[in-house]
Amino acid sequence: MAQNVFEGTEKQMSELMACIDENRGEPGALMPVLHAAQDIYGYLPAEVQTVIAEELNVPLAEVYGVATFYSQFSLNPKGKHKISICLGTACYVKGSDKILEAVEHELRIKCGECTPDKKFSIESCRCVGACGLAPVMIIDGEVYGKLSPDDVKGILDKYVKD
Amino acid sequence: MTVEELRRISAEKAALINVRRIVREQAEKLAPQTGYRKQVLVCGGTGCTSSHSHQVIEQLEKSFKELGIDDVLIVKTGCFGLCALGPIMIVYPEGAFYSQMTPEHAKTVAEKHLVKGGQIVKELLYAETVQPDGGVIPFSEIPFYKHQMRIALRNCGVIAAESIEEAIGAGDYSALARALFEMTPDGVIDEILKSGLRGRGGAGFPTGRKWLFTKQAAGDKKYVCCNADEGDPGAFMDRSVLEGDPHCVLEAMTIAGYAIGAQEGYIYVRAEYPIAVERLNIAIKQAREYGLLGNNILGSGFNFDIHIRLGAGAFVCGEETALIASIEGHRGEPRPKPPFPANSGIFQKPTVINNVETWANVAPIINNGYAWFSSIGTERSKGTKVFAVGGKINNVGLVEVPMGTPLKTIVYDIGGGIPHGKKFKAAQTGGPSGGCIPAKHIDIGMDFDNLTAIGSMMGSGGLIVMDEDTCMVDIAKFYLEFTADESCGKCTPCRIGTKRLLEILDKICSGKGEPEDLDKIKEVAEHMKSSSLCALGQSAPNPILSAMEHFGDEYEAHIYDKKCPAGVCKSLLNYHIEPDKCRGCTLCARNCPANAISGAVKSAHEIDTTKCIKCGQCIAHCRFGAIVKK
Repeated sequence: MAQNVFEGTEKQMSELMACIDENRGEPGALMPVLHAAQDIYGYLPAEVQTVIAEELNVPLAEVYGVATFYSQFSLNPKGKHKISICLGTACYVKGSDKILEAVEHELRIKCGECTPDKKFSIESCRCVGACGLAPVMIIDGEVYGKLSPDDVKGILDKYVKD
Repeated sequence: MTVEELRRISAEKAALINVRRIVREQAEKLAPQTGYRKQVLVCGGTGCTSSHSHQVIEQLEKSFKELGIDDVLIVKTGCFGLCALGPIMIVYPEGAFYSQMTPEHAKTVAEKHLVKGGQIVKELLYAETVQPDGGVIPFSEIPFYKHQMRIALRNCGVIAAESIEEAIGAGDYSALARALFEMTPDGVIDEILKSGLRGRGGAGFPTGRKWLFTKQAAGDKKYVCCNADEGDPGAFMDRSVLEGDPHCVLEAMTIAGYAIGAQEGYIYVRAEYPIAVERLNIAIKQAREYGLLGNNILGSGFNFDIHIRLGAGAFVCGEETALIASIEGHRGEPRPKPPFPANSGIFQKPTVINNVETWANVAPIINNGYAWFSSIGTERSKGTKVFAVGGKINNVGLVEVPMGTPLKTIVYDIGGGIPHGKKFKAAQTGGPSGGCIPAKHIDIGMDFDNLTAIGSMMGSGGLIVMDEDTCMVDIAKFYLEFTADESCGKCTPCRIGTKRLLEILDKICSGKGEPEDLDKIKEVAEHMKSSSLCALGQSAPNPILSAMEHFGDEYEAHIYDKKCPAGVCKSLLNYHIEPDKCRGCTLCARNCPANAISGAVKSAHEIDTTKCIKCGQCIAHCRFGAIVKK
């Protein structure tokens, strides 16, 4: 796998440190700090995990263990536009696997991958609770519901342009 | 704040809330006391927000300014339950139910209905509320709501979800006041015990006993925990409660804190529910400001506060010991029980853990007494249950019915039946840990014991309806993919067992199944059930076992005949063109990416099944319905 070059800014680091200071000494601080780090950087680079381990006085192995256990934490950068397709039961019964296939086909990447230009990444999720709109796809927090595979291209085109 | 102040707020808001609860004639009389001529409730739950209900609210605000309407209140509520029709908007005192609103529709309703002397815009109403003679019935009278009994969801879709004063007006915190000033801690536990309330998260353990054990456990510090890690894909009642009435959960946790002697609580909520998290944060902040959380609650001398912890996308964290590990900041792996959380929970201290829907039942029991609650439901399953009804059903949404309500009532009377006139095949309850209820059991009364008896389980209340187009082997495979993916890997039976079962199902679905596979499935399943560490592994084989029991013929068709009767499993299907229907338009041949279709213009085409990649492009393009999968 290609190594991702860490491109963190000082502003990001000071945000992270502020969050660490807020949680320092709290029992069970690691999860909230990892959530914040993921928000700040978009993923959890090794460099950031090292800082968290040192500052919270937790072994790096444990930070890594927690970061890899939960599907919301990612060790790889995500695309500028994050596409998430719900594969929860209600969506699956209504054919969300076909929606995923259509997105994969359109972007020529697989679920879990990021396009080479870093513009799009695809992931699947399990139920966002919008079962009334099944099948649903979420792009950057915006929910598109009651989809058919034919709708996919038109929706993605909106994001290709910016 | 004092109890008197709580009662004053409640009395002030009572009329405002009651207009939304009572029948039209009474509501119209009561409306003038509220200071508002009309109230417009717009759903701000996840479903309706996803279909842009916020734009409806913005448009209403804009139109009100333009039209000079200043005596109509806009209320952003939680989920009404009928998510398939979102965005939903209800106008009181009439109870007029507008569905699938757009900003344009909102503008029309403001101009024609909400202005002084306006009339209901019938063409935008949910069709079922308009009677053949043109009369309009309030939404509470439509079949979807008429058969329901709302206890846990009592305030969802009724109150402004981000207003503590509306919550108080709707009765929240009155049970807390009662518990703190009129009941002893033992009295509270006794009330919950006698009510017969069982946990709504999956296992159905008696809630009062959990509380009693935690109270009796030795420890200087104790915790109260709310399990809001609603992981069953397709279940969303907990989300709805948190979004629609977050204060009822805070109140119930505080009552439990008083009963067992805890001063701190944690809510562990899925990060996938951003609206629920936001509303919880707002609710906790408000409760602290009003003195309903923190030190000396309502002047009683009792202290209690609540923290939020976010999950991070791990299904196993719905298991209580895994959830505790996650709150402590570790990998969410379960551990053997005993010791149970009642003796050693969060930070090794005695802990009560209940699920959101369970918490939502606590205040009504304290307020109305155990006898009222235990009069609802069946002998061993008291009260109501919320079902998240989804899949192949017309009225997708949240349904709360007394325990023991027949499945048929839920599917047909409330759910409005199966779309496109298809046949009901089965309903899956309990999600990846549960099983299916076949059509022959459609009269079953839905309670804990009945469901277990036929090889399914109540679970958290997800209810996925499947029709004749659903392949039961494929669905079992879907659930196994889920549990194999979500198995935490700590114990061998679950880690290896889910993988092996999935491999066997993959083999069957791809046409390579052998007769002995069915015995292998049963053997692996037995081992997983008896030796997995937690409920995830113990129950992971359930969807396959129950599908094999009720739909054995489908498994056999896949294995012996290499056919998928429902037409789902790609490897077992071939595409055919029916010669008498084909007009020879060539559209299919031109769109076939594999050049598998041949035929002359205006004569019947043919598919070369050796070249066909079964992508379905031909079916999508055929205008004559000439292409079939069989």
